[in-house]
Amino acid sequence: MRFRTVTSPHVLLETSVGLIMRRVLYAMLPGIVALIWFFGWGIGVNLVLATVVALLAEAAMLVMRSKPLASHLGDTSAVVTAWLLAVALPPLAPWWLTVIGVLSAIVVAKHLYGGLGYNPFNPAMVGYVVLLISFPREMSTWLIPHGLGQPHTLTLLETLQAIFGTAPISLDALTGATPLDVLRTQLGLGLSVTEIRNSPVFGIVAGHGWEWATLGFLAGGLWLVYIRAAAWQIPVGMLSGLAVIATGFYLVDPQHYAPPWLHLWSGAAVYGAFFIATDPVTASATPRGRLIYGAGIGMLVYIIRGFGGYPDGVAFAVLLMNIAAPTIDLYTQPRVFGARQR
Amino acid sequence: MSAWFPFHGGVKTVRHKTESSQRPIQPGLLPSRLVVPLHQHVGATAKPMVQPGDRVLKGQMIGQADGYVSAAVHAPTSGRIMAVDQQPVPHPSGLPDWCVTLETDGEDHWIERKPLDYRRLHPSDLRNAIRNAGVVGLGGAVFPSAVKMNLSGHCERLDHLILNGAECEPWMSCDDLIMRERAAEIVAGIHIMVHVLNPHQVLIGIEDDKPEAIAAMNAACAGTGYQVCPVPTRYPSGGAKQLTKLLTNKEAPVNGRSTDIGVQCFNVATAYTLHRAVNHGEPVISRIVTVTGQVAHPQNIDALLGTAFADLIAQCGGYSDGVERLIMGGPMMGFALHRDDVPVTKATNCILAASARELTLEQPVMPCIRCGDCVDVCPADLLPQQLYWYARAKEFDKARDHHLFSCIECGCCSYVCPSHIPLVQYYRYAKNEIWAREKEKQQAELARQRHRARMERLEREKQEREAKLRQKAPPSRAELVVVPGTGISERNG
Repeated sequence: MRFRTVTSPHVLLETSVGLIMRRVLYAMLPGIVALIWFFGWGIGVNLVLATVVALLAEAAMLVMRSKPLASHLGDTSAVVTAWLLAVALPPLAPWWLTVIGVLSAIVVAKHLYGGLGYNPFNPAMVGYVVLLISFPREMSTWLIPHGLGQPHTLTLLETLQAIFGTAPISLDALTGATPLDVLRTQLGLGLSVTEIRNSPVFGIVAGHGWEWATLGFLAGGLWLVYIRAAAWQIPVGMLSGLAVIATGFYLVDPQHYAPPWLHLWSGAAVYGAFFIATDPVTASATPRGRLIYGAGIGMLVYIIRGFGGYPDGVAFAVLLMNIAAPTIDLYTQPRVFGARQR
Repeated sequence: MSAWFPFHGGVKTVRHKTESSQRPIQPGLLPSRLVVPLHQHVGATAKPMVQPGDRVLKGQMIGQADGYVSAAVHAPTSGRIMAVDQQPVPHPSGLPDWCVTLETDGEDHWIERKPLDYRRLHPSDLRNAIRNAGVVGLGGAVFPSAVKMNLSGHCERLDHLILNGAECEPWMSCDDLIMRERAAEIVAGIHIMVHVLNPHQVLIGIEDDKPEAIAAMNAACAGTGYQVCPVPTRYPSGGAKQLTKLLTNKEAPVNGRSTDIGVQCFNVATAYTLHRAVNHGEPVISRIVTVTGQVAHPQNIDALLGTAFADLIAQCGGYSDGVERLIMGGPMMGFALHRDDVPVTKATNCILAASARELTLEQPVMPCIRCGDCVDVCPADLLPQQLYWYARAKEFDKARDHHLFSCIECGCCSYVCPSHIPLVQYYRYAKNEIWAREKEKQQAELARQRHRARMERLEREKQEREAKLRQKAPPSRAELVVVPGTGISERNG
């Protein structure tokens, strides 16, 4: 009798890349529900559009690179990239904006750099930054969240018409600045933080509507950390980095620098900490390195928000730290079993 | 002792030990033919002492230990030697090795057995006796025990003597059963180790999923001062380094030995064979083998060395359905054999006939996504994914700098890898490449030295010849005749 010879171990944990990716998708659901509640159907339309374009682009690239379609398309990593990007796009972003963003992410940032596991930069953030730099006007046109007195709630049909360029009504009355935008422009006009924060746009903590989405992403993110689908060191590092530097500036001059809780709870800080920065392919891979990597992102976010040209800086901060990750890994190797205590 | 010191990483695996641990140890049936490999231990192959046609008795030495790191091999029963040649053996390479084939006569007639009084023997004489009795580590590594019972040069006296009864591999239960049934004899073996090694403390580590074994060992150790220490059930707690850390909080140094930190570790079954060898004069001719998985009656068998795997499978009622792989050892570190006509050796702790139910069938390998799950479970605190990249890129120097040789090949990283990358295989490959290159370098160095020595010798001979010629008055050319084809000159006339 002859038997197959295969190398050990002969039992494996029931896990797969696809399982990890699907768990990321599940974890995004609470945040997505909150966003749809406050910003309407547009978020959902963007998600569907981005998913379809991502899967088509992924399949085309896999065929061109002669990779097995079933296992590589089935890992749902393209869907994760699509969702991570779509959630960050304005709810009424024109369709071509989503398409260009997804194609930049999947074709350029992912496959032209070698495909899953080889890309040095976070694909979703590459797509986002391409759009932010190329189409700043479209990228900053956000809807006024539900409950802030917008004159009209868009139906699904109107949303589709707006996204695909046949809007029957003017959208100008429905759009407004995001809380971080308001903070940035009004600080530039010489107003104090206290005066700015009186605007209803800021809600309870850090932005009406936005803060609920943040709560949703926090819940999903904590679950990801709990099931070990995301490394805890990265969100802890990033949020502490942001909190420490924000607290420092706030203590020095509370009228010119926003309080740390506003920074932590607004914009893409929590979303970025749990969903963007934790992309394992582009992050640091050592336990200590992940803390440093996260802290670096947190500090860069503050610097870009406070002193840079954009209201939020998560995408730029992540990309900047992506390229630092290999070096961080080199200098943060763990102490090997039996090596002298350092 | 209740306190233990966790090691980093490890995994919770399936257990599946009760399949084979419900029945007592069964004696192995006497087959008509035994094929006894001469290389059943780490170190030099034993030198054959018999020829085809010789009659041998049970326990008679048939292979002599060759050097310090080696062990003797004995006839497992009485009979006639059929052949001394290369036969298939259980080895991952599938290559044959030197074996003595014995036709059994069914009489099982023992050679004269001489118990030794180890308290009166000089330690070096005792070590020779242990080597000649073929005692090696039975946990699977089969390192000659005599070598481990010599501390000279490493430390004066052991702090801890550790007995390894952890048995963390799934499916395996041979150590569990030997502790349940032969605890007193294990303790008698420990007495001999204590006499030679003189440790401050004796710790017996057993995973806490073996309450019967813990109870039996506790009872046998009563009054001896030896401590039975239950340790949490977490693979690979049975690794010598991990068990040492668990029990003593000490880590064997990188590139060092456990004796550098005053620790020596033996398997419990080794202690049992040591007792039989010294106190009864019986060399190692059998061992307990767990036969489990897809066989009709999984159980532990006290099998004669040289018994074919197929014979043990038959004794267990034959294969059940759908056996895909035949694994020697556990599913985490054992290797798959392609045939079952190979003999039981001292390293054969478990035979697992595995179908798709017992093992994970091969999955498509995906690219590494650097998730770091392997880092979290590595008990050697390595960066497995980094080692993988280096091995793949053939950057062996970098792999070595990232402590490739601290890898114990436990398989935890492959076990948790979501991309199903055969990581351990990459580490074995890298290690082998590095060893091969080192060997090549050594050979090149040797060749260089030989060449230099030869050139020096030729130069010296030339100078000596010239000196000689100068000393003697050179004969005129006309008087010399060259003998054709030899280059020798003879004086003419």
